[in-house]
Amino acid sequence: MAPILELRRVKAFYGQSEVLHGIDMAVEDGGIAVLLGANGAGKTTTLRAICGMVRSEGDIVFGGQSLKRRTTEQIASLGVAHVPEGRGTFMSLTVEENLRLGHYPRRGRPHDGMQRMYGYFPILAQRRAQQAGSLSGGEQQMLAIARALMMGPRLLVLDEPSFGLAPRIVEDIFTIIDRIRREERVSVLLVEQNASLALELADFAYLLETGYVVTSGSTKALADDPQIRRSYLGY
Amino acid sequence: MAQDLTITSPDRFAVDRYAGLRIDAWRWLGALALMALASLLPFALSNYHVFELTMVMIYAIAVLGLNILTGYNGQISLGHGGFFAVGAYTAAILMHRYGVPYWATLPPAAFVCFVLGILFGLPALRFEGHYLALVTIAMALATPQFLKYFDTWTGGQQGINLVKPSPPAWLGIDRDRWLYFVALVCLLLAIRVAANMLHGRTGRAFVAIRDHPIAAAAMGINLARYKTIAFGTSTMFTGVAGALSAIIIGFVAPESFTLVLSISFLVGSAVGGIATISGAIVGGAFIEFVPNLANDISDAAPWAIYGVAMLLLMYAMPLGVVGTIGPWLGRLRRYLQPAADAASRR
Amino acid sequence: MHELLEQISSGLAVGAVYASLALALVMIYRSTDLINFAQGEMAMFSTYIAWTLVNAGVPFWAAFVITLATSFAGGLVIERVIIRPVETAPVLAAVVVTIGLNLIFNSVAGWIFTYTLQEFPSPFPDRPLLGALITTRDLGVIGVTLLMLVLLFAFFRFTSAGLAMRAAAQNPQSARLCGIPVGRMLMFGWGLAAAIGAVAGIMVAPVLFLDPNMMGGVLIYAFTGALLGGITSPVGAVVGGLIVGVTENLVGTYLIPSQLKLTVALGLIIVVLLLRPNGLFGTAVIQRV
Repeated sequence: MAPILELRRVKAFYGQSEVLHGIDMAVEDGGIAVLLGANGAGKTTTLRAICGMVRSEGDIVFGGQSLKRRTTEQIASLGVAHVPEGRGTFMSLTVEENLRLGHYPRRGRPHDGMQRMYGYFPILAQRRAQQAGSLSGGEQQMLAIARALMMGPRLLVLDEPSFGLAPRIVEDIFTIIDRIRREERVSVLLVEQNASLALELADFAYLLETGYVVTSGSTKALADDPQIRRSYLGY
Repeated sequence: MAQDLTITSPDRFAVDRYAGLRIDAWRWLGALALMALASLLPFALSNYHVFELTMVMIYAIAVLGLNILTGYNGQISLGHGGFFAVGAYTAAILMHRYGVPYWATLPPAAFVCFVLGILFGLPALRFEGHYLALVTIAMALATPQFLKYFDTWTGGQQGINLVKPSPPAWLGIDRDRWLYFVALVCLLLAIRVAANMLHGRTGRAFVAIRDHPIAAAAMGINLARYKTIAFGTSTMFTGVAGALSAIIIGFVAPESFTLVLSISFLVGSAVGGIATISGAIVGGAFIEFVPNLANDISDAAPWAIYGVAMLLLMYAMPLGVVGTIGPWLGRLRRYLQPAADAASRR
Repeated sequence: MHELLEQISSGLAVGAVYASLALALVMIYRSTDLINFAQGEMAMFSTYIAWTLVNAGVPFWAAFVITLATSFAGGLVIERVIIRPVETAPVLAAVVVTIGLNLIFNSVAGWIFTYTLQEFPSPFPDRPLLGALITTRDLGVIGVTLLMLVLLFAFFRFTSAGLAMRAAAQNPQSARLCGIPVGRMLMFGWGLAAAIGAVAGIMVAPVLFLDPNMMGGVLIYAFTGALLGGITSPVGAVVGGLIVGVTENLVGTYLIPSQLKLTVALGLIIVVLLLRPNGLFGTAVIQRV
């Protein structure tokens, strides 16, 4: 199966500084790939490069189409749904309005999509008329993922979904992501610092260090590797 | 195992010496040069130009007041023209009705405006952003109306005519130049007071409140206290500037203190650099010179030129002149670092 | 009693003009998170365009439509060319730019059209109704304002374009990630606001007479009305504008001579704001730290 997303020799720049130094990676169609690494390794930058939010060089190919020189909104309309760091929720809009916004690039009415989201995240149905800013961290994360899914994407890009959340909630969310991958038939690209959970969830992993991919492989292989275990899993 | 540690010194002292002299010494030399220039300049210029420079300094003090409140403490004010007027009229009434000598009107003007600012600052605590802007606009609009209404005190529409002060005879300079130096001393004093306050504990509290009020409160900073102090100090500065303007122009009338003045102050602040001290001087110069220059360029639509000037400045330097050039100087310093290191190693 | 009702109704009529301009202010605020200090002057300039067309023999309603279209286009261009460069800059820079724009429009209008007061025709005949309680013209003005309100409210609440605009204003980056063309939304917001402002100007010109300084005072009252209603709420803008109009009229007639009218009116409104610091219909943004 061809990968749904491929990065070849991708460099990324913040102003004059080169932050990614020519990375290669791919997400399999229907698979879950995870980018691991310490703070500042370039994980979020990679996601931003994919979505046209930072200046980049190299090839970024999504579903056979090049994403070069496309604006963020064009890339979103092509089927890439990005949940950024900090979730990017529209704080003063209601839960329901946030979901409706996810539906923007699509035709037809958002109703069916919203019902499906309420199915995955019942708590959102309860809070549908509340201001999104009043939701707890975990609920906001669910809302952000639901909003992304409303776009009917082929690729779901999640930047640190576990950030600032209690371990119990993180487990719940990861379980839902797995379920979503199967039922919605989306591919998932994940960035995580919580390595152990991520390695359980994903199929394939890339390890970034200061802008380079230093290791990559199936998550099973990486989890068994003693050096990875020591550096990132702590045992 | 011992490792080589490279300690990078904090940015302020990144360049320690340049061409043999310490950076501090260069700063002192620069300040002295400026002082010499400022003291000699009035004798090289015509009376009118001296008057213009005096007004620049007065506006600089007013704008400095606004910088304290809006730049450092984040409370927007579109009403400082009103406080300027209060200072001006306090001085005018004291001189005209009670024969108070001009230099003795400054402390009362400062006091009155300080108290007024505190009184204003208390209800202002309830308002943020645009709402505070509205409340201050109300102040700016109310001021000329009040001035016209209480005409027994203020001379109503006609205003008050004042006798301009005479310079002390033993100095041997004329009135315009004497007033220039009076304003200069006041400006230097204002800068000193502002710098002391803003670079110290109070200033840090102001900035903390501006940047993140919740975190500031969590750190134990009393928001109400510091915000009202910011208001009072700010209006005090602008009020003293107003008093000086009354003394130097020799005339006060309600029409000089409309909303346009308040807006000019804000524009001057923005153009100079709202969260800076030296930016106030740039702002004062902008307020004083650009309208006249605009008139020279086009007397059919001079305010359009003024407006275009504002736009171009904001595009080029959105943080104001000093706000934008300041970081450039920092980068220049870092650029000079290798040369300085080499020089100090020799 | 009859006089009181008359004062209230004429207050409502003048308040409707404030309300219209307040709607334009709210429009800009909701779409670009800015207060446009040039809104009044843009409206005045639009009114001059209408006046020029009418003077050239164009029938009133045709001139009205052309002016609205031109103003809409003008608003698009202004956002793209003048405001866009400072959208990412600190708020103060954007404020100064709108102030500069205010000066430019005012000055250029004075230059092109001179400062002579001009007459401007009203589309509504000026006949008294309800036993001289209110005129048809006043009623027309109030009606137009309410119509615009309903259209705007429906637009923001029920259309996906309206929701997209609100999102683009609040969080442009997240909006882009949802596929929303943020730049175009901003332009559209300014275009709409300019058109609304044009309507406000055309309605007030018959009463105040057309001159470059016509909208100066109106802007302050409109700003007050918008804040009183809650700066994000179109309904609030209209209610606020009407309240300001009525208050100004009643205060001027019964309480204080006209010298202090403005002060007292503003003072009363500020007292209201002390009790409800987010305006009557505004919602505070809840922030969890």
